[in-house]
Amino acid sequence: MNAPNTSGWKPEAPVPHEGSHEGPPTVTGNRALMLEEPLIFEIGTVETTGVDLPEAEGGTSSRLGGMERGEAIGLPGLSEPETVRHYTRLSRQNYAIDLGLFPLGSCTMKHNPRLNEKVARMPGFADVHPLQPVSTVQGALEVINELAFWLIDLTGMHGVAMSPKAGAHGELCGMLCIRAALEARGDARKVVLCPESAHGTNPATAAFAGYQTEDIPADKDGRVDLEVLKARLGPDVAAVMITNPNTCGLFERDMKAISDAVHEAGGFVYCDGANFNAIVGKVRPGDLGVDAMHINLHKTFSTPHGGGGPGSGPVVLSEALSPFMPLPYTSRTKDGVVHLVEEEQADAFSEEHFDGVMQCFGRMTAFHGQMGMFTRALTYMLSHGADGLAQVAEDAVLNANYVLRSLEDLLHAPYAASGPCMHEALFGDKGFGGDLSTLDLAKALIDEGYHPMTMYFPLVVHGAMLIEPTETESKASLDQFIMALRSVAERANAGDESMKNAPYYAPRRRLDETQAARKPLLSWLDPEEG
Amino acid sequence: MRYLPLTDTDRGEMLQKIGVPDVDALFADVPEEARLDGPIHGLPLHASEMAVEKHMRRLSKKNLAAADAPFFLGAGAYRHHVPASVDHIIQRGEFLTAYTPYQPEIAQGTLQMLFEFQSQVARLYGCAVANASMYDGSTACWEAVAMAGRVARGKRRKVVLSGALHPHYAEVVRTMAKFTEDEIADAPPAFQPAPDTEGLIARIDEDTSCVVVQYPDILGRVSDLTPVAEAAHAKGALLIVVNTEPVALGAIKSPGEQGADIVVGEGQSIGVGLQFGGPYLGLFAVRDPKNVRMMPGRLCGETTDAEGKRGFVLTLSTREQHIRREKATSNICTNSGLCALAFSVHMTLLGEKGLRQLAAENHRLACVAADRLAKVPGVSVLNDTFFNEFTLELSKDAREIVRNLADDGVLAGVSLGRLYPGQENLSGGLLVAVTETTTEEDIEALASALEGALS
Repeated sequence: MNAPNTSGWKPEAPVPHEGSHEGPPTVTGNRALMLEEPLIFEIGTVETTGVDLPEAEGGTSSRLGGMERGEAIGLPGLSEPETVRHYTRLSRQNYAIDLGLFPLGSCTMKHNPRLNEKVARMPGFADVHPLQPVSTVQGALEVINELAFWLIDLTGMHGVAMSPKAGAHGELCGMLCIRAALEARGDARKVVLCPESAHGTNPATAAFAGYQTEDIPADKDGRVDLEVLKARLGPDVAAVMITNPNTCGLFERDMKAISDAVHEAGGFVYCDGANFNAIVGKVRPGDLGVDAMHINLHKTFSTPHGGGGPGSGPVVLSEALSPFMPLPYTSRTKDGVVHLVEEEQADAFSEEHFDGVMQCFGRMTAFHGQMGMFTRALTYMLSHGADGLAQVAEDAVLNANYVLRSLEDLLHAPYAASGPCMHEALFGDKGFGGDLSTLDLAKALIDEGYHPMTMYFPLVVHGAMLIEPTETESKASLDQFIMALRSVAERANAGDESMKNAPYYAPRRRLDETQAARKPLLSWLDPEEG
Repeated sequence: MRYLPLTDTDRGEMLQKIGVPDVDALFADVPEEARLDGPIHGLPLHASEMAVEKHMRRLSKKNLAAADAPFFLGAGAYRHHVPASVDHIIQRGEFLTAYTPYQPEIAQGTLQMLFEFQSQVARLYGCAVANASMYDGSTACWEAVAMAGRVARGKRRKVVLSGALHPHYAEVVRTMAKFTEDEIADAPPAFQPAPDTEGLIARIDEDTSCVVVQYPDILGRVSDLTPVAEAAHAKGALLIVVNTEPVALGAIKSPGEQGADIVVGEGQSIGVGLQFGGPYLGLFAVRDPKNVRMMPGRLCGETTDAEGKRGFVLTLSTREQHIRREKATSNICTNSGLCALAFSVHMTLLGEKGLRQLAAENHRLACVAADRLAKVPGVSVLNDTFFNEFTLELSKDAREIVRNLADDGVLAGVSLGRLYPGQENLSGGLLVAVTETTTEEDIEALASALEGALS
């Protein structure tokens, strides 16, 4: 979620920091437990392998049609112990939720229960093929159906498309359902309205679904300006894409009025469900007039981020949009059998279950979606139950407001007066001394042992810092984080220039992103090949 | 509520600090009529670890795992042995629970791994640059088509699909093209020993942005890509090559060296496992480095830090949705990081030597299977060429045979009828995949089951 460094920062030689205990350089480049690790291309060889396989037998008849590979591929191999050591050493250069609080606003880094991992690895889930006969995968289809049931109930919606592979893919799915529904009624609307506080994916998604996008400004409280929105609605507007709770961390109070106005004008309401964890079990988006909303299973239902994916983005749909969801989908018939509806049975199921109105807009992915994430998410839902999920939202909101109120005297909090924040607290860089930026504060926070918060997002706040502690932090953990953040905020306000060279204690000092972009080096080049 | 650390005492102290009487006051902006006053009706309450595990295990037991049956399914997802250390490494919390590496100073583990992954994929595909992965092979295929549209600056509107492209991949492209208004030219699949290269070439014209072929193709056939590459380039179109079985590339020439401009594929075979269809791993590479700024997805690049040490960062993000919004190269804001890690670890364990041995073993066993199955009355083998997957033509409807054999505990393959509903001429087709996990006993079990079913 972090925007890039636009602060004009340039790399410079490190300045010895007062109070540091820099020792002599080491021959290996290692510093005790902080280890340097070469690339596999520098330590592996093409003759080494870490697996036992039969030697290729000479003289075996080949039916490769003369396409046998001749030249070397250039793939290095390592023995098993070398491989385990290489990746274990690399792992130690990562920050992770298992190491500490990860306050990324809107990205929701919460504890990842290991029961989820255990369940996902049960052979009946991990070792089944997507095209096995449906009689042999009834349990897997029941997982999809059961998860779908929870998602529909928690959101108060009518149907759910399970196949989207990530949040942004779900957004695309929702927008394609909207477009298909409009086309089915012969309505060629061209414009999608995106509030300023929308995720960057929203306008990109609308454009990919073939729409022109227009911004809707935020009011002084950080919410969608209802009057501006109403004035813009008309027969050319297909949909409004709104994020609720929004990226300023606020609940869109006028959500129902927005939905009513959009429906009145013949359009649909798309809600970005990235922040659903703030309201799960407390509010149902369906009650607020939402037509489509993706749910990032990794955010709300704790499937791990894995260093940037995979995610999973099922989309809940209103009654008007449900008939247009993509293939494949699951359906349980009266005999208790769960069917997987693909192209083969689409017509039959359309007749049987949807009075012939099922008009799937197509297919978004080869198979049925992120099954490995479905098992994890369902495990998490069953662990919490309906009561626990409401508590998740309450504790997430409580923790965020605690952070907001503990820092607003030191850090500019632009919407502190707009009401309680939801699951995340938003600050800006107003008041920083010297020419210090949000980036400098973030890098100083690294030296305190924390991953920085989301920076420079949302765009409506200068030098934005978006902090989401999540519900899985204890009060003691929050208090320590607040103490660390107060200390770096005080230094920033005082214009402590030493922050410009932070971090001092990370595996790497500031990295030259300009050089990386100007002369992209994206693949390992063998120096001997020149 | 074992995942929630706050105690009621904590909650009380925190509410006091915030200055509100109770937690409901924090939801004051939610209109009263939309607030729920208790747990949602119809959903169960929380359950213990033991109870949840028991429930999920019961569901898992209702599935027939691939390891528990003679197993021959492929068609875009393959069963291979994954070394135990792969799963051990991806379960390390520092990889499993890390976020996207936007703060490079404390994400070098993920970043170096992605750089190594990109380098491995580029070499495997015979390309200059690979990205840090996509959702899966089918979405990577669509993104490649969209990229070809960008390279043609929107001036070419026609996409030529090979009839031998995986039908689900073709359907993803057709679905998306409805909304981008690209014209799709594709032929019905041809049920013959060699793909219809001439027919494909005949459909390429001056309005074509790209030609999409699969290698080995959906029926398992392996053929030279050079004539299609030359024909596409002669008309100014790009050649996109889709590969759904990366292990094959340990045995056959890379698409890049045959002139492919964009190579995409499914990486699931290496390290990831079947998982009932996902999460999988989209691979995406371009042969010409000058096209790198048109690529979708994330890219990791090498640079140096303020002390001059080598380090890695996500780069060229000016193509991405969080900067360019509606002008971005794609709306994607994730990759399949953990699956890319699994791929990279498995590939590192294999190395070139292991990959070539693995590929040779797959091909050897597939030859054994093809020869044995050809002897079954009512079965003929369609392919002249194949890697580890080939097509049988049965004397009866293959859909029914597959269902009946499953009842007897043999997972026979993927019927073409399931992939191509309505194409009655293909209804006898059965795709059979063989990997290093297949034993000669498995092959015998399939042969005798088919003998019984077809007699």
